[in-house]
Amino acid sequence: MSYVWTIAEQNKGRLREVSFELLCRGRKLADKMNTKLCSVLLGSNVADDILQELISRGADEVYFIDDPRLASFIVETHSNALSDLIKKYKPHTILAAATSSGRTMMPYVAIQVSTGLTADCTELDIEEGTNYLLQTRPAIGGNIMATIKTPDHSPQMATVRPKSSRPLPLDPTRRGKIVRLPLPDGLYDPRVREVGFRMSHEDSASIEEADIVVAGGKGMKKSDNFAMLRTMARHLGGVVGGTRDAVDRGWLTYPQQIGLSGKTISPKLYVAAGVSGSIQHLAGIKTSEYIVAINQDPEANIFQVADFGIVGNLFEVVPLINARLEAHNKGGK
Amino acid sequence: MRIIVTIKQVPETSNVKMDKETGTMIREGVVSVINPLDLYAIEAGIEIKELHGGHVTVCTMGPPSAAKALKEAIAMGCDEGVLVSDKKFAGADTWATSYTLGAAIKELGPFDLILAGERATDGDTGQVGPGLAAWLGLPLATYVSKICSLENNQLTVERLVEDGYQVLQLPMPALLTVVKEISNPRLPTLRGKKKARASQLRVLSARDLEVQESHLGLKGSPTKVVKIEYPKVTRGGKMVKASGEEGLHTAVSALFAFLAEKELI
Ligand SMILES: Cc1cc2nc3c(=O)[nH]c(=O)nc-3n(C[C@H](O)[C@H](O)[C@H](O)COP(=O)(O)OP(=O)(O)OC[C@H]3O[C@@H](n4cnc5c(N)ncnc54)[C@H](O)[C@@H]3O)c2cc1C
Ligand SMILES: Nc1ncnc2c1ncn2[C@@H]1O[C@H](COP(=O)(O)O)[C@@H](O)[C@H]1O
Repeated sequence: MSYVWTIAEQNKGRLREVSFELLCRGRKLADKMNTKLCSVLLGSNVADDILQELISRGADEVYFIDDPRLASFIVETHSNALSDLIKKYKPHTILAAATSSGRTMMPYVAIQVSTGLTADCTELDIEEGTNYLLQTRPAIGGNIMATIKTPDHSPQMATVRPKSSRPLPLDPTRRGKIVRLPLPDGLYDPRVREVGFRMSHEDSASIEEADIVVAGGKGMKKSDNFAMLRTMARHLGGVVGGTRDAVDRGWLTYPQQIGLSGKTISPKLYVAAGVSGSIQHLAGIKTSEYIVAINQDPEANIFQVADFGIVGNLFEVVPLINARLEAHNKGGK
Repeated sequence: MRIIVTIKQVPETSNVKMDKETGTMIREGVVSVINPLDLYAIEAGIEIKELHGGHVTVCTMGPPSAAKALKEAIAMGCDEGVLVSDKKFAGADTWATSYTLGAAIKELGPFDLILAGERATDGDTGQVGPGLAAWLGLPLATYVSKICSLENNQLTVERLVEDGYQVLQLPMPALLTVVKEISNPRLPTLRGKKKARASQLRVLSARDLEVQESHLGLKGSPTKVVKIEYPKVTRGGKMVKASGEEGLHTAVSALFAFLAEKELI
């Protein structure tokens, strides 16, 4: 029986959280097929004790292609390396993260190894009898859920949104094999080079990777008012995002835009203040676990999808929430 | 400088119907528009042309009615439209779509740059751009938010990633998928509309392309839709009114009870 693989991601020697989330998904599939779960990492200079965490969080084996030329993500070389590994080891299923690199590399690899790929799956299962991967994903702005399979091609490949599953608890007693591999000759593609990196300012720290996102819309009225959302985000351990209207007015930057023409997010908690809940905005938040909305208009669309709604003036509600959060945090948990 | 922009026609409304048998969309009766995210690619293409000189070809694979999207792009300022259309292409997934588009682009002859949208708002996969680059063996940059320079056949671009902007240098010909930040799409002008009406689109069918029949359309697609469901979008959550000093405090207390119950604080 061939294995289930998950693609781990690294950044400067550290593993990204999404690597562990994928293992949680992969573990269920591997157990169902009674096969092994393997975490594949392409990168450079990651220590063994760091790789060990992949084992502790569900992997049976870790394959690490370790080469300085894989230090930063360049799609051609990364795809060549992964495709080569797939051809050698013939995994049954590969799950990758729907991150900027996963969403770039996996469609490239799908062509190289000639198989299908399903983007942004929210549910994954194994079909009884055939062992095909059943890939369920939202489409058309979340208005439909389509289940897709890949019957005549292998491997079966899917991407999964960050934050849409939780890592398994750390089990330090788990043992597994860590295999370090070189980047085979001829796979390095020198054409594309990284010549710089501009960090975004702290405020826009990746809304896709945050557990909690506090969003503001046109109802925030002006840029300065976002300070109170930043305060709320800080108290909750989250980040700030917003609607297209908020971005177009220059109150937020484009990387913070949530929705159809911005980011799609799946945080644990999404808080919306002064957001009407347009179809285009909802397309980006429907897979959030919990949605809290504050809006003065009881008919606002956002209340349709909210798990908890406060009908009221955000300029009264938000400061009170912040004061309560501050007291709560000071009082210790 | 020869630029090709790939665009998709998508249904305008958010209330699209699906054929439960084939798992594909029923397009009849729905107004179609250019995928809104492709407008940024079209605009970027036109701006490069204005800056460096050249020619912009806009290309779509779709039913004959997709001609309308091409004409709209020409009205914005593209020079030429190519419609890749054949019953055999119908029902293609991203693998078969990028294969067919790749074959069409080879047929169009030499080019310097291909621009694609970040993703289409109907299928919402963002896989066709990278797939096309793989078929054509082109250097690829996705999520491009800015073209910093373009000279001596070298592109320097910024791509939007999780923690910032990665700056990449790549040789042309290359393929870029672009995000909203890259441009501000212009509206079609009256003159543009006239030109669009007069323009002759080039149509490419399976016969015109070097393709393997087995790779085309629904039959050639590795992924198969096996089930479609319409999820309930409304969550039917709790709603409280925060009016008056007391109402405000009660509402916020109820929120804290909710957050505590869900272990969010
Ligand atoms: C092709 C296309 C793509 C798009 N992509 C996106 C996208 O990616 N993301 C996105 O967000 N939008 C997108 N839009 C825009 C979308 O249609 C809406 O215009 C936008 O989401 C509205 O933003 P908003 O909720 O901030 O503003 P509004 O709709 O104006 O809502 C403001 C809300 O604030 C409330 N409010 C005002 N004052 C207060 C107060 N004092 N207290 C409490 N509540 C208050 C009001 O009741 C209102 O409900 C797109 C549109 C198109 C056509
Ligand atoms: N049928 C098509 N014809 C031309 N270009 C397409 C087609 N489908 C997708 N594309 C291009 O690929 C991008 C991503 O689409 P998708 O992978 O379907 O989300 C779009 O923004 C277009 O630039």
